[in-house]
Amino acid sequence: MSILVFIEHKDCVLNKTSLEAITAAQSIGKDLGLKVTAVIPCDKDCDLVQEIAGYDLEKVIVAKNEKLGTYTPDAYADAWEQVIKATNPQYVVMAHTYQVRDFAPKVAARLGREVVGDCIRYTAESGKLVLTRRIFLGKLDADVTLGGDAPYFVTFQSGAFRGDNAEKGTAAVETMDVNVGDVRMTPEAPFQEAKASVDLTKSEIIVAIGRGIKSQENIAIAEQLAEALGADIAASRPICDSEWLPIDRQIGSSGQTVAPKLYIALGISGAIQHIVGMKNSGTIVAINKDAEAPIFDIADYGIVGDLFEAVPVLTEEIKKAKG
Amino acid sequence: MKIIVLMKQVANKDAVLRIGPDEKWINETDVAQQTNESDGYALEEALRLKEAKGEGEVVVCSLGSQSAKTVIKDALARGADRAIHVVADDANKLSPYQIAKAIADAIRDENADLVFAGLQSDDASYGQTGVILAELLGIPHATIVIEVDRGSLGDTLRVKRELESGWYQWFTYKLPTLLTIQSGISQIRYASLKGIMAAKKKEIRDVTPSIEAFAGAQTIQKVYMPLKTKQTQMLGNGDAKAGAVELVEKLKTEVRVI
Repeated sequence: MSILVFIEHKDCVLNKTSLEAITAAQSIGKDLGLKVTAVIPCDKDCDLVQEIAGYDLEKVIVAKNEKLGTYTPDAYADAWEQVIKATNPQYVVMAHTYQVRDFAPKVAARLGREVVGDCIRYTAESGKLVLTRRIFLGKLDADVTLGGDAPYFVTFQSGAFRGDNAEKGTAAVETMDVNVGDVRMTPEAPFQEAKASVDLTKSEIIVAIGRGIKSQENIAIAEQLAEALGADIAASRPICDSEWLPIDRQIGSSGQTVAPKLYIALGISGAIQHIVGMKNSGTIVAINKDAEAPIFDIADYGIVGDLFEAVPVLTEEIKKAKG
Repeated sequence: MKIIVLMKQVANKDAVLRIGPDEKWINETDVAQQTNESDGYALEEALRLKEAKGEGEVVVCSLGSQSAKTVIKDALARGADRAIHVVADDANKLSPYQIAKAIADAIRDENADLVFAGLQSDDASYGQTGVILAELLGIPHATIVIEVDRGSLGDTLRVKRELESGWYQWFTYKLPTLLTIQSGISQIRYASLKGIMAAKKKEIRDVTPSIEAFAGAQTIQKVYMPLKTKQTQMLGNGDAKAGAVELVEKLKTEVRVI
């Protein structure tokens, strides 16, 4: 019995969250006494094989088919179905990426299973996992048990495990030729839209605004604060969706991932999709009228109250302090 | 052309949630409800696609208790043509596969050209009902769609998927297909007074599903407030201005960015 872990890549360039998935799988493997096998779907003997074989795994399987060069959900589902049927794993562990969200539920459904998705941690109880998922936009946690027989499909949220904790070792490499049936979608080449003119990943200080800012005109008070601090302005998704700020200012799973020295969140409730983009910031400040907002769970400093009262005072006091 | 749009009623984004007595879900009785955010965008895109095509039918499908009629009526007022209500109380106890199966049974005979859903619900956030449904209906799917090339609609449809970190990718799909729609795909319209009046005459068909036990179902055992990972220093004690003054002191002495 084993754990399969998915190695995601684009043109043989590794998606780093796959290392987090390896760490998760190794950890579960230790707790449940299961060995871990990595699976890389590819159209050739993937260039990533040696790198992945350098981790403490039982095996690395390259699931090979000419249709696996560019990702499509149909081809990936066919490939995974065969790998799972051939290896009969106890668990299938993946990082909760957009690609995994696209194909993993399909594979699971085809095998009469579901995905326990976007988990933030697990415990092992009597030889089986209990997974914790965040629900209601991060306001609550849920402990979830698995139903039925193996295989169990589990995906972990980005950052739930550390990729640099993946244990090194040596793994055997195996190629498995898989059949891929009709692929009902035709992909074009991926592209970056209007190449981000603002690179927030280099920012030392970020002032970020969320729905609590209420209107486009109000952004000025956040900009004044940013100016006083020498900070860059950023936003959560709803602000960019409303086109109050350009998309290259967006922080979160569909925007940029940042880790500045100081992150000030104004009127941001802290949905998971935003938090994954900024939780590794050095110091997090949250100002929000809702004391229950999940952003306070990860904040170092919090002010519960009206940001329209707090921010002008903050800006003035900072100007004074800086002389 | 027929488009089915899946819509779910969920707790309002800003609602204060209280945990229910069995600690397995929230206490829903006094919580304001709303249409799941991305489902609203799914409806909008369906309406725009129909308008671009100049013909077609948009059918709303919701699984939930009678209270979900609010969501359905709002969708009809915005321009959907008719609705299918899969009536299920305690829908929060159903697993994503069970939900997808019940919906598949309810809409299979509609033979829709397109099925739209929001990319995930803002309550249980399983994020897989649409994908499972596509597999059960035997049609392809695309998740996290952020643009639909409406002019391309024929036997195929070209759609833009959002990847991570600012990347995108166009795919062309043979119809029928299922799309899960990302929030923000286009500006959502309000219901007009005319729309609200017209909605009263539109058909809402109630379907009672036969919910089957599903061996592979995941089960929520307990819900609770998230464990804090950080010690948060709360400043100002409810006074926002005082909090701001205290914060500057902290930024000077502890964070040392000023």
